[in-house]
Amino acid sequence: MYVAVKGGEAAIGAAHGWLAHRRRGDTALAELSPEQIQEQLGLAVDRVMAEGSCHDRALAALAIKQARGDLIEAAFLLRAYRNTLSRFVACEPIDTGAMRVQRRISATYKDLPGGQVLGPTFDYTHRLLDFALAAEGLPPEAPEEAEAADGTMPRVTELLAREGLMSRDKLGTDEAPPDLTREPLPFPTPRPLRLQALARGDEGFLLGLGYSTQRGYGNAHPFVAELRMGEVEVMLAPAELGFAISIGDVTVTECQMVNQFAGSAATPPQFTRGYGLAMGHGERRAMAMALVDRALMAKELGEEATAPAQDAEFVLLHADNVEATGFVEHLKLPHHVDFQSELEKLRSIRARWQAERDAAAPIQEAAE
Amino acid sequence: MNAIPPLNRPDAAYNFAYLDEATKRMIRRAILKALAIPGHQIPFGAREMPLPYGWGTGGIQVTAAILGPRDVLKVIDQGADDTTNAVSIRRFFARVADVQTTTRTADASIIQTRHRIPERALTEGQVMVFQVPMPEPLFKLEPRLAETRRLHALGDYSLAQVKLYEDIAKQGESGSSYAHPVMVGGRYLMSPSPIPGFDNPKLHNSPAIMLFGAGREKKIYAVPPYTTVESLDFDDHPFKPVRAPQRCTACGSTTSYLDEIIADDQGGRMFVCSDTDHCAENQGI
Amino acid sequence: MRPAFTDTVFGAQQSFRALMEAIARPGRLQDCDVLPDIPEGLEPAAAAALLTLADAETPVWTDAQGDAREWIAFHTGAPLVDDPARAQFLLATAAMPALATLDRGTDETPQDSATLILQVGALATDSGWLLTGPGIETVHHLHVTGAPADFVAQWSANHAGFPRGVDLFLCAGARLAALPRTTRIEEAG
Repeated sequence: MYVAVKGGEAAIGAAHGWLAHRRRGDTALAELSPEQIQEQLGLAVDRVMAEGSCHDRALAALAIKQARGDLIEAAFLLRAYRNTLSRFVACEPIDTGAMRVQRRISATYKDLPGGQVLGPTFDYTHRLLDFALAAEGLPPEAPEEAEAADGTMPRVTELLAREGLMSRDKLGTDEAPPDLTREPLPFPTPRPLRLQALARGDEGFLLGLGYSTQRGYGNAHPFVAELRMGEVEVMLAPAELGFAISIGDVTVTECQMVNQFAGSAATPPQFTRGYGLAMGHGERRAMAMALVDRALMAKELGEEATAPAQDAEFVLLHADNVEATGFVEHLKLPHHVDFQSELEKLRSIRARWQAERDAAAPIQEAAE
Repeated sequence: MNAIPPLNRPDAAYNFAYLDEATKRMIRRAILKALAIPGHQIPFGAREMPLPYGWGTGGIQVTAAILGPRDVLKVIDQGADDTTNAVSIRRFFARVADVQTTTRTADASIIQTRHRIPERALTEGQVMVFQVPMPEPLFKLEPRLAETRRLHALGDYSLAQVKLYEDIAKQGESGSSYAHPVMVGGRYLMSPSPIPGFDNPKLHNSPAIMLFGAGREKKIYAVPPYTTVESLDFDDHPFKPVRAPQRCTACGSTTSYLDEIIADDQGGRMFVCSDTDHCAENQGI
Repeated sequence: MRPAFTDTVFGAQQSFRALMEAIARPGRLQDCDVLPDIPEGLEPAAAAALLTLADAETPVWTDAQGDAREWIAFHTGAPLVDDPARAQFLLATAAMPALATLDRGTDETPQDSATLILQVGALATDSGWLLTGPGIETVHHLHVTGAPADFVAQWSANHAGFPRGVDLFLCAGARLAALPRTTRIEEAG
């Protein structure tokens, strides 16, 4: 007598108990605190904030701990939490021109007003495993220039725009921008929504797409006009006050990538910009985003659009790793009902194939 | 006005049924339009849920938007109440809505399902909520949403007809054994979700309301009661619902949809009802 | 200001289920008695329908004036528009705006069409129009007291534009019935 498998509930409970045990690991070792993750795995925290669409380092660190370091799982935790929060008001656009810059480089000019500021970067490090880090040691010496640079630094793209060499982005209107988290993406997709989707897209996916534009899949000739990272003020303008007040600072990374545009009947040849912005310190993300943003302008600029990175539906509907991981991983769920119908289908088609073959065989023998 | 039963929710930190009221309103507006345009996919602002995309978030959002304290909820996956994802979704609603749940099809007012329609005939008091992975019936033939939206507007389903014609020419029958597309009300081509073709006829002129939710793809669609739902076919090759031609080892049914179970490594197998409630009822359990 | 739902969550849920049943089964009457105390000029079912569906994201048109209008604006938070053609939801307490003047959506986005909530004198199902279409097993009867004289002609034009078209909730007191664009109406012979 067959007895259907029961006890899904008990199995789930036991599995989650085991997971909690695994998460903690060897209890002879000290437990990792979210504060340690925030301080010492800061770039992981920044990535989770960006892909989780929620600027909160403490929550992102907690999510990383809960997810056992699986950053996509952590982004998912943060998104699901974010979705339950009430929204009170939209802040003013942040002004990255007034950023307290910790890092700012331009690849297009040897020197420029405000100078090149290397800041805390992996660039020019030699990628040799540092075995000293494996042993507990003294903290590194305080850096000589750890303070943010004073004074605003003009944006490189603005310098080009003044000369008429760079197209200016249309200034924002008073209308509230569309919100990707409230409405489904429309196609064709206006640029604010494209940028929103890219800003929380999977870093690896953006990186691969951006890379593809450099290898001939899309006609890109990009230069990093500017990459800057530092703190910006977040301003709110409550209606009852009538002016904006600062509610705190956030760290962001911004990349402005310049790209040639051949011009059209209406527009002279000029540079165009691809734009990337990442919460926290995320240079790879900001740069890849800027490349893809520019690639997605192809149709609007009347350029030939044949490469994957220029295809808005393809890029925007596959960039979200919370959506992607859910759907890929849902294949783990039972599908035996569908599979059963496939089995019956295949058996039926094979039987027909065999019958036709058997019917044809005597004729062939006779011919021989 | 009837009194509303007192609530005793363990997770009072969240709103009843998890979603906030503004989100429910947005989903409810979509559901009403979906019922007014049978088979047409309505885009909606699907939210991230605490369960992964692809694991029933569309169905969960639809259920959350309609569910009330007087409902009795049944959740099935592959026809069974005890599969892990069905258990997980039922636990979610017990946690955030403290709603009464059941495994008995006859007792349920809302049945959330993945991949099956119960064997027992549905009634006018019931709402089916289908979890849908890919709402677009044409997606394998035309992945671009802007283009499929245009084809639906024109009622141009030649892509699907050509595919079916090619399948029949090549292999003597339709290539799709599940998620076989249907024409709703003679106007819209619709994916019935990945139910086996065996279940397609149950959608036709059903007394129950059929709601379909696709969370990741952000679409809601519906079939009202007593609405024609015809599986795509040709007159000389009518659609044939298929089941394993065996009898259920447990209840003896020769009409229900069966799961094939591998019994040993010698090729032995047995067949049992996929609908666990139906099987139990047949056995008098 | 008179109150809205006694219980925001369950009032809206109960009212929505009445609306959903109504539109799924055109012409069948549903009870929607969740607003015991509303301003003069509004009927309980019609007011509940609007409260359940409209909010800051949906432009609303109404001919209600005075307290009733303020009540709608306050409790829904919806922007009130003067032009019926721009409204996503309309609540008509007296004359029905011509259906042809309302937003009927586009062939690609027929769901963007308007939903009209119409207060009428009385609803009965033992006689009247013959309704057929999705949601109706064979035929439903609906008698409406207070619909415009040319209603059936207006409705046939609306129905003929499918998938475009306006959807209608008819409300009398605490009861309501729906006519989705799919419903065909014939005058009783």
